[in-house]
Amino acid sequence: MAQYNLSINGKLMNVDVDPNTPLLWVLRDHLDLVGTKFGCGIAQCGACTVHIDGEAVRSCSYPVSVIEDKKVVTIEGLSEKGDHPVQKAWLEHDVPQCGYCQSGQIMTAASLLAENPNPTDEEISYAMNGNICRCGTYTRIKAAIKTASKSL
Amino acid sequence: MTLIDKKLNRRSFLKVSTLAGGGMMLSFSWLAGCKPTAEEVLTMPDEWFTINSYIKIGENGAVTLFNPNPEFGQNVKTSLPMILADELDVDWKNVFVEQADFYPERFERQFTGGSNSVRSSWKPLRTAGATARYMLINAAAQTWNVPAGEITTSTGMLEHKSSGKKAGYGELASLAGTLEAPDPEAVKLKENADFKIIGNSKKNVDGAKIVTGKPLFALDHKVEGMKYAAIVHPPAFGMKLKSFDKSSVTSLPGIQDAFEVKVFKDDYGRNFFDTTTFPEIIAIVGNSTWEVMQAKKKLNVEWEKAPDSTFPMAGRGGQNMDIKVPGGLENSAAHKEKMAEYITKPGNVQRKDGDPEGAFKKAARVLERTYTAPFLAHNTMEPMNAFADVKGDKAVIYGPTQAPESIMNALSSSLGLPKENIQINLARMGGGFGRRAYSHHLVEAALISQKIQAPVKMVYSREDDMSAGVYRPTYSATYRAALDENNNLLALHIKAGGIPESPLHANRFPAGAIDNYLAEGWQIESNITIGAFRAPRSNFIAGAEQSFLDELAEEMGKDPIEFRLELLKRAETNPVGERNDYDPKRYAGVLELVREKSNWSSVPNGISRGVSAYFCHNSYVAEVIDVSIKDNQPVVENVFAAVDCGIVVNPDAAANMGEGAIVDGIGNAFYGEMAFENGVPTKTNFDKYRMIRHSEAPKKIEVHFVESTEDPTGLGEPLFPPVFAALGNSLYKATGKRLYDQPFQPQIMQMENLRM
Repeated sequence: MAQYNLSINGKLMNVDVDPNTPLLWVLRDHLDLVGTKFGCGIAQCGACTVHIDGEAVRSCSYPVSVIEDKKVVTIEGLSEKGDHPVQKAWLEHDVPQCGYCQSGQIMTAASLLAENPNPTDEEISYAMNGNICRCGTYTRIKAAIKTASKSL
Repeated sequence: MTLIDKKLNRRSFLKVSTLAGGGMMLSFSWLAGCKPTAEEVLTMPDEWFTINSYIKIGENGAVTLFNPNPEFGQNVKTSLPMILADELDVDWKNVFVEQADFYPERFERQFTGGSNSVRSSWKPLRTAGATARYMLINAAAQTWNVPAGEITTSTGMLEHKSSGKKAGYGELASLAGTLEAPDPEAVKLKENADFKIIGNSKKNVDGAKIVTGKPLFALDHKVEGMKYAAIVHPPAFGMKLKSFDKSSVTSLPGIQDAFEVKVFKDDYGRNFFDTTTFPEIIAIVGNSTWEVMQAKKKLNVEWEKAPDSTFPMAGRGGQNMDIKVPGGLENSAAHKEKMAEYITKPGNVQRKDGDPEGAFKKAARVLERTYTAPFLAHNTMEPMNAFADVKGDKAVIYGPTQAPESIMNALSSSLGLPKENIQINLARMGGGFGRRAYSHHLVEAALISQKIQAPVKMVYSREDDMSAGVYRPTYSATYRAALDENNNLLALHIKAGGIPESPLHANRFPAGAIDNYLAEGWQIESNITIGAFRAPRSNFIAGAEQSFLDELAEEMGKDPIEFRLELLKRAETNPVGERNDYDPKRYAGVLELVREKSNWSSVPNGISRGVSAYFCHNSYVAEVIDVSIKDNQPVVENVFAAVDCGIVVNPDAAANMGEGAIVDGIGNAFYGEMAFENGVPTKTNFDKYRMIRHSEAPKKIEVHFVESTEDPTGLGEPLFPPVFAALGNSLYKATGKRLYDQPFQPQIMQMENLRM
């Protein structure tokens, strides 16, 4: 076990965990930030996507020991009032079905738009390919990203 | 839905009560006393019942509508309350929706499955809404001393025009709560034309919580002092636990205990949904998910081959019957050989019209084709999990289940607690697709909690989830058509089976449209567990049937839509046989609509197009799929769907569900496959089990609904089955090769130069 001071959603948080513990489980079990989801544990489905220093990463495969001094943003911290352009677009297009994968989808989409505010269809597909939606909301996800892109 | 109609004539099911803080609550339970027998449940897994809900009106006018049915993404938490709210005549803006917990005294049927939530709740929910409105009117009539017939309502307000009296629902709710509930026959329902909420799209009531990551799922649940548990199950079908060394994990950091969990008691008579692949598993309990998951890898455990065994299944009249589970380690290659063998043997005749044998004898030509599909894993994004807190003689379970009522007996038996001491709270589910109708995971969590006498959250790893069975079965269907020298269709013969069940629906189209018709089924036993998977059986047989009809149309030199319409015309004007499960006119209606919407006869440049249509869950769907070839790979460009599911309650959400079913179908048709080597599932995570991804989804999907005044029918499943043949038929146009075996992608990879 070891102590870590983590910057999560702009707040400093302290945890005492095994150094190999993936960020995903630190968020979910130790910090009660459960918006980040467990899907596969091997960085194949994207349900656990968070931002580390602005980049979308799979938190299930990111040990807590390497994130001190980095800034972590989770779905809970993407916007203060749930009004990030991507979140608003998701509501406008009523994207979710079961909703389980959507925090990961939103975090990947937000990171894409931060780097590339006007992505083409191909760029959207490429960026979003790591996030599985078992309910099959992909066409709405694409439409919502385009809507969000316009409002940036 | 005659069952419901009968119940609507009874008045014993309604209960009105006042709320502690003022206001009224109307409870109802329409199907009380109408439980299907175990045998009916066994034989009619498509026909599930889901009815019930209640309305709460506070004195402040706030209206809370409880969604009775488990929500797994089909949006019933929004659409069912919409039905209530419309008849109640309230402003949707003032409505709060809450998820009801499992509450058998108040709600009789809390089941999500069989595309049945809206269709079976339609009349009961409308009657309930109208009843509450009626009682509010009566309360106003009593208070104002005016005739009830002169009082009107409008979005949560009561008004007596001639005296100018007005009041909000909340002001009269307490009095209304003391009135006797009327006979449902006295309650007048709205005319369809007067619907204000039904038919007008409303956003998902949980949308804001979902996009901000609020806790909604069982996996998000946490209480003070809660422990975490992981499970270890045998690595193969046909294997069971021999022994394990607890000390191999209990000294690891954060690990509290490891023990065996026996899911069902030996003498417990299981019901249809008590399927579990591994009735004995090992639980590892500790302080965090990560620690218990790490300990799984360190556990010293020995497995052994399981011999043939039996378990008791609850039969009619309380008599248990023994269900056999064969021993042995099965292989996909052997499955295929065995299935090929069964194709050549006579099956069980399930329908015979005319003289099919004679017609085949005098046929000038016979077209025969066999279609197959593999086992499929459901792969819900949220793995199986459950929270349980069992202390002393009380149990609270919070878990993702489509069928709380079905798991209650098992919970009671395994925990040794009376049902009334067990509370099941319903979590939003991260996908279901049929998988969570089998809720053994709730029992497992409950037993773990009972053993440690502390609250626990048990979670399957993805690998546990994908290799724990309850799969869509593997199927085969052989279609034969007899043609005369002028290419007239003389007879059709279907022989369809699977491991371990047949996919045959003998009385569906094209039965009824062909003079000489024979349908046979067969099945092969297995120890691989299976369960409902989005549109059970239909999800395979539709693809086989509609691919065969496409090839047959081509053989006969006919346009595929025209050919189907000719058959449907025959079934309409001069049907063969008496038991035809479909309405040929509505069937033809969706084909005509999809023909129009896809502009069928003018295929765009570079596009190959296929069509398919199917009827299931009382709904009719036709689909046209357009593919192009890019970089020697097929790309799904457009999908056009025409749907007749009666009145559509929440059109945009309905379209969303349809789009999802189409994407699901394309994914499973191209990639879906679970295989076995010596009983071991060959895929255990998404690195090997290929799921459809963003770039593989269609570029455009249009879902068109037939304008209808018919009561709603199923929607979550019916758009799924037609996808397989619409895709296969379009791929044939694109590649020149018919695809008979799912998944398609491995065969496409072997085609060197796709024509375009």
